[in-house]
Amino acid sequence: MSTDVATVPVAAAVPTAPAEPEPARRGRGRGRLRTVLLGLPVPLLFLVVWHLGRENEWELPFGIRMGFLPYPADVAAGLANYVAGIRDDAFSNLLWEDLPASALRVFSGFALATLIAVPLGVLMGRFNTVNSLFDPMINLFRPIPATAWVPLVALLIGYGDQASIFLITLSAFFPIVLGTVSGARQVPERLLEAARMLGTTGVGTLLRVVLPAAAPAIVNGMRVGLGLAWVILVLSETTGVPTGLGSTIFLARDVVQTDQIVVGMICIAVAGFLSDRLLMLVVRVLFRDRPLIK
Amino acid sequence: MEHLSAGRTADVRIAGLSKVYAGGVAAMADVDLTIASGEFVAVVGASGCGKSTLLRILAGFERPTAGSVEVGGTPVTGPGPDRGVVFQDYGLFPWLSVRENVAYGPSRKKLPKAEVAAVTDRFIAAVGLTRFAAKYPSQLSGGMQQRVAIARVLANDPSLLLMDEPFGALDALTRTDLQAELKSIHVETRTTVVFVTHSIEEAVYLADRVVVMTGGASHGVPGHVQAIVPVDLPDRDVTAPAFNEVKRQIAELVHTAPVAA
Repeated sequence: MSTDVATVPVAAAVPTAPAEPEPARRGRGRGRLRTVLLGLPVPLLFLVVWHLGRENEWELPFGIRMGFLPYPADVAAGLANYVAGIRDDAFSNLLWEDLPASALRVFSGFALATLIAVPLGVLMGRFNTVNSLFDPMINLFRPIPATAWVPLVALLIGYGDQASIFLITLSAFFPIVLGTVSGARQVPERLLEAARMLGTTGVGTLLRVVLPAAAPAIVNGMRVGLGLAWVILVLSETTGVPTGLGSTIFLARDVVQTDQIVVGMICIAVAGFLSDRLLMLVVRVLFRDRPLIK
Repeated sequence: MEHLSAGRTADVRIAGLSKVYAGGVAAMADVDLTIASGEFVAVVGASGCGKSTLLRILAGFERPTAGSVEVGGTPVTGPGPDRGVVFQDYGLFPWLSVRENVAYGPSRKKLPKAEVAAVTDRFIAAVGLTRFAAKYPSQLSGGMQQRVAIARVLANDPSLLLMDEPFGALDALTRTDLQAELKSIHVETRTTVVFVTHSIEEAVYLADRVVVMTGGASHGVPGHVQAIVPVDLPDRDVTAPAFNEVKRQIAELVHTAPVAA
């Protein structure tokens, strides 16, 4: 009788074990569907309010006169025209000129910022002397908004791509350098000791230990920097560059084509989102499944 | 265990070694110790007696306030690949696989690729981790990570192996396994070993001589060498009366009240 008592829980456990993951997986699938469905009502409501507001020329707080907005449907048509030229006007198919021009500026500025900020940040994070040299300067310049730089840049550099890329580089630089400094500071001392006793010296320690250990913080800084680069793009294209997502927004304002202004805003949002995905893809390809210090 | 080539080995000469930390805390004073080439020396003592400081000075991570340290006739001025260190918390590079961690030292020596690969494979096999060579440290148990750390240091062919409570964080079974493995590795490589531990049994099981340190900042006396006990046991049977006699003798010395300097 006592042996029966002992075997009962074991026998009972066998059939439940494989059955367990099934509802869990279904639950996760349902959870994802739920997340997607919950994401829909607010944007849909936004579109409806937008349409109604335009039609009835609502006046909202802050003096927002919705009568001046384009209809959502007009924006959709404008977007189609910008992308595929469904009308025949100044903006038809222009995305394929504007997007490469803007992306080139964003990525040049971002790459330049990364090339300067990462080595500087590693040195600042590891050497107090370097930190003391650069930290006051960085903290002094960091709060200056890019907008405030525009008039001076116009005088110093003039109008054109160089001015535009300079403004983007400047904006992307600060988050990358700060991320790198904090990552380089947090490298566990034990790993530096391990590297040294295995025969690593000088620059080797920075490249083989500090850089990989700080990689997550550097990547975080780069994501913020790349996001800012797109934010600054419109401003940076007020420097008189002829093509670009930002300069087309200003052109649309000058010819009072509000649907095209909104189309430009949407394109920048999508481009910014996609370039963040691209950066993360590059990071994943570089690191594969390597575990990095959190 | 796969055959390991006999490693390099060096003697150690420590004379009048003292360490005073910033703020005037004397961690260790007047330590003299000579270790013969190929010898296995364990250092035991209570927390704060300066045994880890002694090891860190030998490694070159810390500079002594006074005194001299020579390994193989060369004064220690900083960390170097001739003195391999095994840490209690392993200190493996988390972003490198087991194979890459073990290959790290040989690669720094700019050996030909084929030779690096051969050395790496040999030492991974020696610690029984061939099947796990592609794994990352976080995917391994503590005992396996410490095996990787030992292989990583041995692959670098050090003349002195410094071990700072290497098995202190492991469970009792893993600990005894690794003690036995370390013993046979030492028999084969004859690399000089300085092994810091809290466990008297571990010290007696492994070492040719046991250095007993006492004192420390909390005792008001700097840490110093209380006694050096040779372990003259033909075989290290932890249950044998002779083994326990040595253990008892060392335990008494560890708990001796330090003499005020």
